[in-house]
Amino acid sequence: MSYTSLSQKDKKEMLTKIGISSIQKLFDSIPENLILKEGLNVPDHLAEPELVRHFDALARKNSFHKFLSFLGAGAYLHTIPSIVDYLSSRGEFISPYTPYQPEVSQGTLQIIYEFQTLICQLTGMDSANASLYDGASGAAEAVLMAHRIKSKPKVLVARTIHPQYREVIETYSKNLDVSLQDISYSKNGEIDLEDLEKKLGYETSAVVVQSPNFFGVIEKLKEVSDLAHRNQALSIAVITEPTSLGVLESPGQLGMDIVTGEGQSFGLPLSFGGPYLGFMACKKEFIRQVPGRIVGVTKDTEGERGFVLTLSTREQHIRRERATSNICTNQAWCALRATVFLEALGKKGMQELAWQNLQKAHYAMDRLTQLEGVHLKFDGAIFNEFVLQFEKSWKEIDKFLKDKGIIGGFGLERVFPELKNCALFCVTEVHRREDMDRLVSVLEEAVQ
Amino acid sequence: MTILRESLIFEVSDQGKRGFFLPKLDVPPRKDLLKNIPLREEIQDFPEVSEVEVVRHFTRLSQANFCIDLGFYPLGSCTMKYNPKINEKVALTKEFLSSHPYSSEELVQGNLEILKITEELLMRITGMDAFTLQPSAGAQGELVGMMLIRACLEERGNPRKIVLIPDSAHGTNPSSAHLCGYHVREIKSNDKGTVDLNDLEKNMSEDVAALMVTNPNTLGIFESDIKEISAIVHSKGGFVYMDGANMNALIGKSRPGDMDVDVIHLNLHKTFSTPHGGGGPGAGPVGVKKELEPYLPIPIIQKKENHYHLLFDRPKSIGRARSFYGNFLVVVKALAYILSLGPEGLREIAEIAVLNSNYIRKSLENEYHLKYESPTLHECVFSDKHQRPYGVQNIDIAKRLIDYGVHPPTMSFPLIVQGALMVEPTETETKRDIDRFIDAMKQISREAKEDPEILKSAPHTAYVRRLDETTAARRLDLHWSRESDPEKE
Repeated sequence: MSYTSLSQKDKKEMLTKIGISSIQKLFDSIPENLILKEGLNVPDHLAEPELVRHFDALARKNSFHKFLSFLGAGAYLHTIPSIVDYLSSRGEFISPYTPYQPEVSQGTLQIIYEFQTLICQLTGMDSANASLYDGASGAAEAVLMAHRIKSKPKVLVARTIHPQYREVIETYSKNLDVSLQDISYSKNGEIDLEDLEKKLGYETSAVVVQSPNFFGVIEKLKEVSDLAHRNQALSIAVITEPTSLGVLESPGQLGMDIVTGEGQSFGLPLSFGGPYLGFMACKKEFIRQVPGRIVGVTKDTEGERGFVLTLSTREQHIRRERATSNICTNQAWCALRATVFLEALGKKGMQELAWQNLQKAHYAMDRLTQLEGVHLKFDGAIFNEFVLQFEKSWKEIDKFLKDKGIIGGFGLERVFPELKNCALFCVTEVHRREDMDRLVSVLEEAVQ
Repeated sequence: MTILRESLIFEVSDQGKRGFFLPKLDVPPRKDLLKNIPLREEIQDFPEVSEVEVVRHFTRLSQANFCIDLGFYPLGSCTMKYNPKINEKVALTKEFLSSHPYSSEELVQGNLEILKITEELLMRITGMDAFTLQPSAGAQGELVGMMLIRACLEERGNPRKIVLIPDSAHGTNPSSAHLCGYHVREIKSNDKGTVDLNDLEKNMSEDVAALMVTNPNTLGIFESDIKEISAIVHSKGGFVYMDGANMNALIGKSRPGDMDVDVIHLNLHKTFSTPHGGGGPGAGPVGVKKELEPYLPIPIIQKKENHYHLLFDRPKSIGRARSFYGNFLVVVKALAYILSLGPEGLREIAEIAVLNSNYIRKSLENEYHLKYESPTLHECVFSDKHQRPYGVQNIDIAKRLIDYGVHPPTMSFPLIVQGALMVEPTETETKRDIDRFIDAMKQISREAKEDPEILKSAPHTAYVRRLDETTAARRLDLHWSRESDPEKE
């Protein structure tokens, strides 16, 4: 197999032009002892039909897709309009590089500008960037950004944020004089405002809170951001399930300074965790501390509107070690899919999407919590996820469900040891009433 | 046919329209939900358009993009090679797309096998001892790689303070080192365009954690002294980080693992053909020698009795660099690429990429200045020195290339070449397209002397004329708003 395009005649002509007799000559600058004498020890090439068979065989070793799943926990199964796949698969969108040359990249640039606008509208913020790797690294970048702005050592992180996000924040910040402190959660599953108030102080750069949080509970963002501001700290909202923004008041309206999160819900399949879509938005005054690409409007020499990458003096290729982040390649194509998704759904579609998630999750939650031996762990308001606590062992229940073709929730004990036999369930618009009824009846059997 | 200039979606939006409909709600709605929670009536100014409007909007915008499927894209250091379509197809397999990342191991054995096999193949290709596929792009790979070094040094008792980086390096290197808590010190290049061993020796001390070196470097020149370079760094207890962005020059010909480097990152969206998507998603796997393996990000994948497991209990690990297991579908595409080519096909990548680049270099060396005479591999860096007397700069040459149907070369680095034009043709181009590029460059060199204005006002045939990037940064307009739109009073 080969994807090269030179004929033997081409090669000969080119070697003649260069004035050498063999291609090997071109590698003379590599010391002899570093040149491989044999071919790489990799399998022999596969032609297209063999390759398809090979990957089909690998795919058959997966069986997750055969199950009815109620897993969420930071990766959500949502409807994807067919035009998202159709439009995003165009070569003009898949195969360009980062739009460094704006005159031949107006498509990508205008789409990013629209994406930034949509993110601003959803989050209630004044500015947004072109994307980050994922929600977790977005949360880490937001912490570093707040630390650059405030230059104070402490960042308070709600225990109710996604545990993997907490881990990534830790990885990113541990070499940079940022000390993280956890804020506990209250009985109803929200951030413990008393604990927050106690730990806030003049040394705090920021407070990080997720809403809906990892337990699915909607946080009191206004109270959190007021408390942060009273202590001259910034408030960072993390959103892992942004479809919630179709009904919930925007974090910007509630006073948050930076909003970051995961855009996978907007047109990206679960894909075993990636590629996903980190997004970040903030108040205008902080725009020069934002990491990553930003697109702005300008004019061409004839006065026509055009789009360009801008504020690049923040970025690594200009500012090098003083850049706001090292990020270069981000998730532009994922942002494009999200843009198609959001524009297709539009104002009404987003509202209805959120409404259906809310209603269906409550339908399931109401029915499940009527079962004997099943309790709602937290009574805070939820969007499309909720925590159930079982009297029986979750491990056994999980197994029982699996035997009946159902993937129940995410067992919480492995990350929150205090949440014995608790599991996080997610219901979205893709679950039909009969799916939820099936879950209820199988679970009823399981808990007996 | 004229390409219509496309409005912003917000400018064509009209109340009540929509482009997608959900099934009717099939559960009894509750009216008492979210009683004390602040809600929004609507997402203000969110677009309202029909499905066909969305389709036309994006299709028209697609016409305003250049891409590798359309033509030659010699963007240096970015390795814009053709993206095989079969790789896209296998990545769209239902079983891959629909698996939840929190699925239990036994239901996603295929996915885990793909990750493990890819790690093993990358080990063989690079000669490194272990890999993580978690980093989402090259820059995140650099950060993870530097964190591994730091973690190991910390365990030895001193993380050290300084990272050495040659002045020819890509901007992400110093930025990643900084993000890992290090100060950056620049190492000079010698008159051959490679690392100056004297300067390296002078700067190498027990305060230095690592040297970050790109090989071949951004001038396309192989660092022939790489083993001596590694020895100097190792002699003071430091590590050698190799930026593998230019692996396309080496694949199948030479292995970084044999060069005594300790860490390397690869860009799957460069050497391994996964599409760039207009700026990602990519993937930046990191390979290490044995000594650094315990520090790799969690989880790692282990094969035991034909079963794949995720291991989280790794006390020395740097932790997690992003959620889940990286950009999985990008890895699927890269694996398909490696398997489709086999050992001969992989070696041919480097051979033809280097042949194409040297053919271009030879064909243009009379017209365009080359600062360094050293032999080059997969790319070469010209400059605008011969054109500057006519008032023409690299940007004018680049923009004029657009009129000839070619994407401009890289100009923003290496910083040691003023007015750089970094050309990387890759292995997939036809001689016909390469010759067209050469002819265009020669024509532009003539135009520079005879009619420099035509260069300075280029491009003339693109979707827009030359854009004013300075104004964009001065008068920030980063999102559409009703107030700033004169049409929407």
